[in-house]
Amino acid sequence: MKDTTDIRDNSVKRRQRRNSILLITAIAVIAVIMLIAYSIHMSGVGQPELQITVGGKLYGTYDLDKDQTIQIGHTNTCEIRDGKVYMTEADCPDQICVKSAPISAGGGSIVCMPNRVVLSIIHADSSENVPDTVAG
Amino acid sequence: MQILLKMCQIQWQADSDVMVNQDMEKKWTASKTAYLALLTALAIILGYVESMIPLDFAVPGIKLGLCNVAVLIVLKLYDWKAAVLVTVVRVIVIGFLFGNMFSIAYGMAGALLSILVMTLLLRSGQFSLIGVSAAGGTAHNIGQTIVAVAVVPSFPVFWYLPILMLAGDVTGILIGIIVSAVLPRIHGDRQLRGLDAS
Repeated sequence: MKDTTDIRDNSVKRRQRRNSILLITAIAVIAVIMLIAYSIHMSGVGQPELQITVGGKLYGTYDLDKDQTIQIGHTNTCEIRDGKVYMTEADCPDQICVKSAPISAGGGSIVCMPNRVVLSIIHADSSENVPDTVAG
Repeated sequence: MQILLKMCQIQWQADSDVMVNQDMEKKWTASKTAYLALLTALAIILGYVESMIPLDFAVPGIKLGLCNVAVLIVLKLYDWKAAVLVTVVRVIVIGFLFGNMFSIAYGMAGALLSILVMTLLLRSGQFSLIGVSAAGGTAHNIGQTIVAVAVVPSFPVFWYLPILMLAGDVTGILIGIIVSAVLPRIHGDRQLRGLDAS
């Protein structure tokens, strides 16, 4: 009697383990596919540029090849150096954006959630529909 | 801590109602209340501990999700209502102690979505604790991403979401391993189960 229960328990456990491995793998595969799709999108033709948005509104787009320091409103400062973009200053308490790894032509983003500042790499031709306004 | 006490009182009253309805032993209620408070305190302490472990890879802000150890134990020993209660208290207390209104909003969205997913997967009976926990961790990060998009419309979802999903998957596996190791050791203690399985 006890043996049959054990066998049933074992088969349930085995099924649970198999399903869990499938689930974990499925999540990982979906995430990796999304990352690959992102990097394919990023390797598209066109000049990579830094796009800064504040609260969803375009703040400006900047050339990655030109080293410069950009003051974003009163809250944040970012710097373009050797084709890499760093968030150098932020007045928020968590400083998560300042600790973020720098981003370059390969893609990526730096976000300062408290100040709603987003630094993203875009491709010049993929953003034709975005009005090319204020730069500076 | 006052909030905690208040929530415990509310829970106790809620339990009292259930007790009257189902004519259960009073002991059941007191024991459950005590252990839920204990596990809530554990979740808060774990939240503090993990705030001291920096995991700053490509995307800062990734957390181990140690609180999920307590939540998953509650979910397994009691039910989703108890887990929601523990989580709400935990997120609010940690938010006021170490965070701000933003972190409360993110934490709440992530934690509640995580509980929803974990409850459904546990109920299905088709997944081990590690699988449940991994899905819960992923759901937590998806919930946080949803709030981030709501706050900042230009939030770069396609860059962050896959990284956060992977991170939630991996940390969820770790948490699942911890809970699988811890649970058998307390599951034998009928007192911790509040005699509800008897």
